[in-house]
Amino acid sequence: MDTTDQTRLDEALAAIAKADADTLEAQRIAALGKAGWISAALKTLGAMTPEQRQAEGPRIQGMRAAVAEAIEARKAMLEAQALESQLAREVLDLTLPAREMPRGSVHPVSQVMDELAEIFADLGFSVATGPEIEDDWHNFTALNMAETHPARAMHDTFYFPDVDAEGRKMLLRTHTSPVQIRAMVEHGAPLRIIAPGRVYRSDSDATHTPMFHQVEGLVIDEGIHLGHLKWTLETFLKAFFERDDIVLRLRPSYFPFTEPSVEVDVGWQDVNGRRVLGGDGDAPGHGWMELLGSGMVNRRVLEFAGLDADKWQGFAFGVGVDRLAMLKYGMDDLRAFFDGDGRWLSHYGFSAFDQPTLSAGVGARA
Amino acid sequence: MKFSLEWLRYFLETDASVQEIAATLNRIGHEVEGIEDPAAKLAGFKVARVLTAARHPDADKLQVLTVSVGDAEPLQVICGAPNARAGMTGVLGLPGAIVPANGMKLRKSAIRGVESNGMMCSVRELQLGDDHEGIIELPEDAPVGADFASYHAASPVFDVAITPNRPDCMGVYGIARDLAAAGVGTLKPFPVPEIAGEGACATDIRTDDPEGCPAFYGRTISGVTNGTAPEWMQRRLIAAGQRPISALVDITNYLMLAFGRPAHVYDLARLSGAVAARRAKAGEQVLALNEKTYTLDDTMTVIADDKSVHDIAGIMGGEHSGVTEATTDVLLEIAYFDPTRIGVTGRKLGLTSDARTRFERGVDPVFLDDGLAILTDLILRICGGKPSEVVRAGQPPVTPELIAFDPSLTQRLGGVEVPRGEQRRILEALDFRVSPLPFRGGDGGGASAPGADGSPHPNPSPEGEGLWSVTCPPRRHDIEGPADLVEEVVRIHGLDNVRSVPLPRADGVAKPTATPLQLTERKLRRTAAARGLNEAVTWSFLPEPQADHFADGLANSGGALWVLDNPISEDMKAMRPSLIPGLLAAAKRNADRGADGSRLFEIGRRYFRGDGGASDEKPTLGVVLAGEKTPRGWAAGKATPFDAYDAKAEALALLEAAGAPVANLQVMGEAGPQFHPGQSATLRLGPKTVLARFGALHPATLKAFDIDGPVMAVEIFLDAIPPKKAAGFARPHYAPPALQPVTRDFAFLVPAALPAGDLVRAVRGADKQAITDARVFDVFAGQGVPDGHKSVAVEVVLQPGDKSFTDADLKAISDRIVAAAARQGASLRG
Repeated sequence: MDTTDQTRLDEALAAIAKADADTLEAQRIAALGKAGWISAALKTLGAMTPEQRQAEGPRIQGMRAAVAEAIEARKAMLEAQALESQLAREVLDLTLPAREMPRGSVHPVSQVMDELAEIFADLGFSVATGPEIEDDWHNFTALNMAETHPARAMHDTFYFPDVDAEGRKMLLRTHTSPVQIRAMVEHGAPLRIIAPGRVYRSDSDATHTPMFHQVEGLVIDEGIHLGHLKWTLETFLKAFFERDDIVLRLRPSYFPFTEPSVEVDVGWQDVNGRRVLGGDGDAPGHGWMELLGSGMVNRRVLEFAGLDADKWQGFAFGVGVDRLAMLKYGMDDLRAFFDGDGRWLSHYGFSAFDQPTLSAGVGARA
Repeated sequence: MKFSLEWLRYFLETDASVQEIAATLNRIGHEVEGIEDPAAKLAGFKVARVLTAARHPDADKLQVLTVSVGDAEPLQVICGAPNARAGMTGVLGLPGAIVPANGMKLRKSAIRGVESNGMMCSVRELQLGDDHEGIIELPEDAPVGADFASYHAASPVFDVAITPNRPDCMGVYGIARDLAAAGVGTLKPFPVPEIAGEGACATDIRTDDPEGCPAFYGRTISGVTNGTAPEWMQRRLIAAGQRPISALVDITNYLMLAFGRPAHVYDLARLSGAVAARRAKAGEQVLALNEKTYTLDDTMTVIADDKSVHDIAGIMGGEHSGVTEATTDVLLEIAYFDPTRIGVTGRKLGLTSDARTRFERGVDPVFLDDGLAILTDLILRICGGKPSEVVRAGQPPVTPELIAFDPSLTQRLGGVEVPRGEQRRILEALDFRVSPLPFRGGDGGGASAPGADGSPHPNPSPEGEGLWSVTCPPRRHDIEGPADLVEEVVRIHGLDNVRSVPLPRADGVAKPTATPLQLTERKLRRTAAARGLNEAVTWSFLPEPQADHFADGLANSGGALWVLDNPISEDMKAMRPSLIPGLLAAAKRNADRGADGSRLFEIGRRYFRGDGGASDEKPTLGVVLAGEKTPRGWAAGKATPFDAYDAKAEALALLEAAGAPVANLQVMGEAGPQFHPGQSATLRLGPKTVLARFGALHPATLKAFDIDGPVMAVEIFLDAIPPKKAAGFARPHYAPPALQPVTRDFAFLVPAALPAGDLVRAVRGADKQAITDARVFDVFAGQGVPDGHKSVAVEVVLQPGDKSFTDADLKAISDRIVAAAARQGASLRG
C-alpha cells in the first residue's frame, strides 16, 4: 500500500508539473476532489486504531500538502506566464508624442514690474497708481511746468479735445510723475512709493513707441538728500541685475520737477555684442549708458502737492520698464513688446511660477 | 549746440585735451553727444602742387596731372576740374583716404585707360563748404606734402546738449565760463569794444508793446559792404553747423553762437519811417526768411515800420528787409523779448529757430549794450561803414535776484560736504556775488532776507552759522532759490563726490505693501499663464471704428469714448473700451504668420468717462482663443477648434482666482452685439452686476477684423468683483466625513428650451444638506425623446452625516429631487 500510494503521488506530482490550466484542475479533482484518492485516503483515518492513525495520519496529510503546494506553484507559474504573454502583446510606441498641454507665459513687462515691486517692498516702498488719462495740472503744472514752459513742448503730448470740470486740459500722461503728486496729496509725508505704468508720447520710430512703460520712485521724508538717492538707485540696480559690480555715474541735468536734477548713467560692457550692465564705464571695453532721470524734488512741487517744503524733502527718479526688461533679458526690439506675437511671447515670456521672490533672487534665469 | 575747440580756446585759456574737456562738460551737466574730429576725417589728404597738366587722350573734359606731394616721386592723377592747371596748389586725396562728403574710399584706378593715383578735392568733397565749382586752390606758400588737416588747422568739434534751463550756455562764452569754474582753464577777459557812434540813428526806434518787447536797442551803420565773412569766422560757423551766407548775416549768427545773443540786421533802404516793436494786427501777414508766409494774430509781437511787418519778433526776420549783397546801410536790432510770449507765438506758428530757442528760455537782460557794441565792432571791421549813436527804446527787466543761502544746505540737500570757501569760489566763478547776510535768520521761519519770491527763508540751518546773501547774475533765469545754488555748487564740485547713504530702514522684515487690486492682478496673471494663456500687452488706443464697435452695448460705458486730438495715426485714435479688439488684432497677426492658434490674455485698463470730466479707468482682463485648440494628431485625429465652453472654463477659473464667488454666479445673456447671440453669455452676481462676459465672437466682428472663426473671447470686469471680506489665515473648520457618499442618477425629460443650469440648480436645492454635488452627465435629444424636449441626465452626490442613509431616507431625497425638477417642467424619464 505504501508503495502504491508513493507511486500515485509521484505520478500526480509529475502530471502537475506538466499541466496547463485545464489539466491542472483535473489533477486537483483527481487527488483532492471529493472523490479524489487523497481524499479517500484521508477518510480511511477514521476507521484506524489510534496507533495506526499515529503513523498513517502524517503520511497521508503529507501527500495532501505536497499535491496542494505543487498545484499552487504550478498555478502561479501559469498565471505569470499568461500575464507575461499578455504584456508582450500590449506594447506601445513610446516614441510617439504625448498629448501636449499649452504652455502659457507672463509678459516681460509684467515680470519686471513684479520684480520691481518685490525689490522696493524690501526697501519700504509701496506701489502707487494713477490715471493714464490725466489733466495737464497733474501732468505738467504741478510738476513745475507752467503752461508756457519750453519743457512742455518737448514732451510730445497726446491731447484730448476735452477739459475737465476745472477747465484743465485732458491728455495722456507723458510720464508716471503725476502719480507723485497724487500720492503726496493723498497720503502726505513721509512717503515711499514706486509707480509703474503705461505712459504715452507722440513718437514712433525704431526705438520709440507711442506707448511704453515707466516706473517712478519717490521718497519724501525729513533729511533726505542726494546721497540717499544714489544709494537707493545703486541698491535697486544691484538687486535687479543681481550684480554687485554695478557702477553709477551721476551727471547734473535738468528736470523742472527736481532741483538739483541728476541724470544717472550705468557702466556696461560689451559681451558678445550685447550690452551687459556692470563695471566702471570708464574701464577699457566699457561704456556708460544713460538709464535714469532723477533729482531732489523741487520745493515748488512739494508746495503744489500741499506739503510743508521747509520740513519735508525727498528725491524722485524715473526709468523705462521696457528698457530695464531689454537690458536684463536681452530683447532688442521694443516694438515687439506690443505685438502679441505668440512666438515672441513664448520665447521671452516667463513661466507662471517665476514669481519673483527675494529668497530665490528676483530674476528668472534663462 | 556745436562748437569747435578752437573757438572755445578763443574764450578759454586751457591746455586741456579734448577728452578732458568732454569729461568735464559731462560732469558739470552739459552732456557731450558727440565729438567730431575733422582732422581724423581728413587723414590721407595732403597739400599738393600740380606740376604738369595735359589733356586726357580719351576724354575732352579730363586732364592728366602730375602732382607733387613733397619729396616722393610725383604722382599721376586724373582730374576733371576746370580750374586744375600746372603750378597751382591744392589738396590731393591719396589712395586709402575716405572722402568725407560721400564716404567713398579712394584707390588707385584707371580712368578711361589712364592710371590715377588719387583725387584732387573740392571744398564740398572735404565738407568745408558748399563750393563744388572746382578743386581747392591754396595759397602759393602752402607747404607741399604737409597733411592738409594740420595745414587747415582743423579743430575738433563738440556737440553738446544744453538743457533748457541754461540759455546762458547757448553760446560758447557761457560754456567757457562754466568750464573755467570747473577748473578747466581760465576765462579770458573779453573787453567790450568802445564804439564811437556819430550822428543820430537814421531811423526812429520805438517799442509800442512794452509787455512783449520791453527793450529795443538799435543803431544804423551807413556805407557797409556785405561781402563774405572772413575765413576764421566762416570756419567757426561751419564747425557750429551754420552755413555761411553773407558777412552781415554771418556776423549776427556769430554773435548768437558766441554769446547766446540773437540780433537782427535790416537793410535800411527797405525800411520806411519809424521802426517799432508792436502787436501784430489780427490777420497781418509776413513772409519770413524761410520763404514761408505766416499769418499773425494780435498776441504776437512784431517789428514793423510804417508800411509792413519786418520781423516776427525774436523768432525770424522778414524776407523783404533782409540784407543782400547790394545792402549799404543797415539798422541793427538788439531787443529783449518776453520769453513766455515768444514761446506762445512760436508754438502757434509752428516755427522754430535758433533765436526763438534762446529768447524763449531767456537771454541775458543786461547784455544789450555790450552785445550791440560787439556786433557793431565786428561789422565795422569786416564790412566797414559809419555807426550812428545808439537808440534805446524801453528797458530790459532786470530785477536783482537776492537769495538768502545757508551753505550747510549743500550737505543737507546735496549730501556732500563742500567747504564754505570752495562753495564761495564756485559761486563767484559763475558770476554770483556772495556777501554775508547782515543779520541772522533766527529760528528759520522769520528770516527777512529778500527771497526770490518774497517767501520766508527756506531750509534754516540748525546751527545758523553765517548765512549768505547771494546775488544772481541776471542771465541765470533758472536760479529761483537755495536749492538751485546747491545744484550749482554740487555740479561744479562734482556729483562723483556724493557718497551713497542708506535710506533709514524700518525695523524687522519688510511689510507687505500690495493693494487688494494689485494682489488680484498678480494672481490672475499667473493663473492665466499657468492655464496655458500667453500674456500680451497691446496698445491702449484703437482705430475709432473698432472702438465704437466694442463700446456698443457696454452697460457701464458712461458716455462717449476718449478720442485723441492728435493721434499718431488713425489706427491709434480712440482709447479702448474693451481689451478684446487689441487681442483679436494680435490673434489675426499670429494667424497671418501661420500660427495654428492663439491663446492670448491681457490685464489692462478700459477707458471711460468719470466724474468731473476725469477718466474712469477700469481694470480688466481679456482673453482671446483663436484657431486650433488641439492640433491634428495621431491619437485624436482632426484638429479641434475652441468652443464657447472653453471660454466659459477660462472665465470661471479666472474669476475664481480673482476671488469672485463663483458658485453664486448666474449665467445670463446679453454679452453684447460683438458676440454670437446664441453662443455667449454673461456671468452675473445678482441680475445687475456683470462680472464677466464670454463666448464665441459674432461672425460680423470676425469679418471686420478679417480673421477666420470661430474665435472665443472672455472679458472679466475686475472692478465689478466685490472685495473679499478681510480674512485671517485660518480656514473654516473641516473634517472629512467618515461615511462614503452615495451617488444616484436621474434622467429627466425637460422642455428643449430649459437651461440645464436651471434644472441642476433646482436639483441641488432639493436637499441642501444631503446633496453635495449635482452634475449633468448626458444631454440627449432625438429618437425616443418627444419633439420639443430633451433628456438631461444628472448624477447627484449624497453625503451622509453621522449615520448611513436608510432606504427610506434615500427614497425621500429622491422624491424631493424629482419634485424640485418637476417645478422646472422636468419629468423622470420612464
